[in-house]
Amino acid sequence: MALIKRRFDALIIGAGGAGLNAALQLARTEARVAVVSKVFPTRSHTVAAQGGVNAALGNVMPDSWHWHMFDTVKGSDYLGDQDAIEYMCREAIPTVYELEHNGVPFSRLDNGKIYQRAFGGQSQNFGGAQAARTCAAADRTGHAILHTLYQQNLRARTHFFDEYFAIDLIRDDEGAILGALVLEIETGEPLLIEAKATVLATGGFGQVFRTTSNAHINTGDGMAMALRAGIPLMDMEFFQFHPTGIAGKGMLITEGVRGEGGYLINKDGERFMERYAPNAKDLASRDVVSRAIVTEVKEGRGCGPNGDYVLLKLDHLGEEIISRRLPGIRETGKIFAGVDAAKEPLPVFPTAHYAMGGIPTDRFGRVITPAGTGEEVVPGLYAAGECACVSVHGANRLGGNSLLDILVFGRAAGLDMQEQLREHHRPMNEAGVEQAMARLERWDQKGEGIGVRELRDEFRKAMEDHAGVFRTEEIMTEGLQILRELRDKLSEVRLQDHSKVFNTARIEALELENLIDCGMAVAVSALARQESRGAHSRPDYPNRDDVNWMKHTLYYRDGDRLDYKPVKTRPLTVEPFPPKERVY
Amino acid sequence: MQFLVSRFNPERDEKPWMQTFEVETWRGMMLRDALLEIKRQDESFAFRHSCGEGVCGSDGVNVNGTNRLACITPVSELKAPVEVRPFPGRPIIRDLVVDMSQFYRQYRAVDPWLVRKDPMPEQEILQSPEEREKLDGLYECILCGCCSTACPSFWWNPEKFHGPQALLTAWRFLADSRDQAEQERLDALEGPYRLFRCHTIMNCVEVCPKGLNPTKAIGHIKQLMLKNAI
Repeated sequence: MALIKRRFDALIIGAGGAGLNAALQLARTEARVAVVSKVFPTRSHTVAAQGGVNAALGNVMPDSWHWHMFDTVKGSDYLGDQDAIEYMCREAIPTVYELEHNGVPFSRLDNGKIYQRAFGGQSQNFGGAQAARTCAAADRTGHAILHTLYQQNLRARTHFFDEYFAIDLIRDDEGAILGALVLEIETGEPLLIEAKATVLATGGFGQVFRTTSNAHINTGDGMAMALRAGIPLMDMEFFQFHPTGIAGKGMLITEGVRGEGGYLINKDGERFMERYAPNAKDLASRDVVSRAIVTEVKEGRGCGPNGDYVLLKLDHLGEEIISRRLPGIRETGKIFAGVDAAKEPLPVFPTAHYAMGGIPTDRFGRVITPAGTGEEVVPGLYAAGECACVSVHGANRLGGNSLLDILVFGRAAGLDMQEQLREHHRPMNEAGVEQAMARLERWDQKGEGIGVRELRDEFRKAMEDHAGVFRTEEIMTEGLQILRELRDKLSEVRLQDHSKVFNTARIEALELENLIDCGMAVAVSALARQESRGAHSRPDYPNRDDVNWMKHTLYYRDGDRLDYKPVKTRPLTVEPFPPKERVY
Repeated sequence: MQFLVSRFNPERDEKPWMQTFEVETWRGMMLRDALLEIKRQDESFAFRHSCGEGVCGSDGVNVNGTNRLACITPVSELKAPVEVRPFPGRPIIRDLVVDMSQFYRQYRAVDPWLVRKDPMPEQEILQSPEEREKLDGLYECILCGCCSTACPSFWWNPEKFHGPQALLTAWRFLADSRDQAEQERLDALEGPYRLFRCHTIMNCVEVCPKGLNPTKAIGHIKQLMLKNAI
């Protein structure tokens, strides 16, 4: 049967906050836009974001985008690009107002303005007193934002391909992206979508770790598609472990709990963060708090029968604050830990949460790759959100900056691509289509083999054991060996179910390939970086090394090759923030 | 623990049938974990799921006769053998996966977006905490479909009756102090079916995994219509 083809001006892959905000910008133009999502849009993982979105509105106390910028640069452990960070922090303010105008039901202050809470790593006046910069809709901010963006896209009549899985990008000989091959999950039929510009907005890949706050769908599909198209991934060694996942399970308990006045205690009832971060205490940066928790447990001060978690205390906030500001986590605590957080502390431990790294882009959302001594844009390709690396988070992301990132850069991509949409479609590259079809057809191979789940479980366990919060040469070298062996086993994996209609086994096989590509990028990049910076913590190289390592890593799939490029330390209009020792 | 799971593959089966699986349970196990375990035993078993914590709304199923979200349903609460079926009244695509397009159409039919006619202010539109509180119990809907597919009025008239989910959404915007399309919204709900087919059977309230109350929202809409009519 001939492959069905559809033509659009723009193709957006992923319908979380980044994809939907890009689509919303384009919907206001005459452009024909297709949004492809492997789940119904409101199932995208943006829905799970709890605490809020940062913007220096100054509704609760004085604030400025410049202070927000300082905190973000410092939080990034000076690996973030300061031009992009300045842009994001400036844009944060109109972005949040725009969201509110679109209908997001933000919580409110008595004067009717948007409620803002304190979050980790926030300060007034360049490192002074705690700021309150996180705009919140109770503890369901991501849900409120995602539903609103979907609603406004419905109003704008955006064209959705719901439950279509993207297989691969199609690239021509000049390296331009021509669209993508996708699979309609319900029928099992492939479909070629041609577009003048394509946005990857596919989110993260937290499923590569066994214990994670991430959803089943977070399998790094866009990142792996980029890798297979010859594009490198940047700074993949920087993976955030959120300090407070429900112990043993991984479900997220928002930093907003600590923002509202909750704190961590060990088995002696000690408020241990006072030792690790004397000023910011429980609101130190996430990497700092996660390491503190793991250290407490390692040194025998963990709680519970096995001493393998710490406690997050918030009952002192009182029933009223908890039910008004943190109703969702109270529910989560009851369901998954059997604990009513209004009465007892919650058992918590770090959980794999967020990829700082991703597809390298500039602040317009354009995908960029090294060329000669400089860089060049990949024609026709954009990336935004967690799958992209602008880089605004550097080595460690601040809480409240990820919703901001997806919104600001989703919007930027949507705006920038409008120029390109006036061009004509480039001719389709049939060889590229065949290559993408081959990826799909590989799973038609029959016979005995390893099961998808079996290999996936092993790979996730190996990632957890060898690429976690603390990383040494020994652990990582051993890990890389295991991961490579597991990657080699991929060719022996066979599906038993070869049906077409809603074949989730086939989708999981394609996702496993993507996870393995992303995991390898993490492991290879991490072993090479011989310093400790942000979320990448090496007990064998305990210090940050700005002389040798203040640079971005680039990982290529071909031969697991690494390259590096300098950090952009020059902001757009203000003075640069030079690297300083990072204390909280 | 024994699970009886509804199976249907249109490429093979003429009608749905029940298959028995034996699943080893553990403390804290949710129904979604059990379904994943079943998928481990038979990869051809299909169901939707994603976040695993009751916020994405993917994994609504009918378990022992009640619509629930699998990921927040502890198996310890369920009587064995546990019967898991797709949502009632919707066309089955495969196994537990149903076609929800009618449900989404009804959602779209109530213009589920904020309408503002005044020029936008430079900053946020002001809203008092009391005004904002009116949205609590409404905006949290996750579009899982447990309510509408448990509603007899929706079963009989899915084309004409909006169903509890869409009506809850209609009230979410009517109740929003920032929205400026009250009259249009109410006019669009006139007639014998769209709103008025609700017979307050209250199945929706019983099954909502987020503890929301569509019947109450429907009552508010009716009251507002009445008030405007006088």
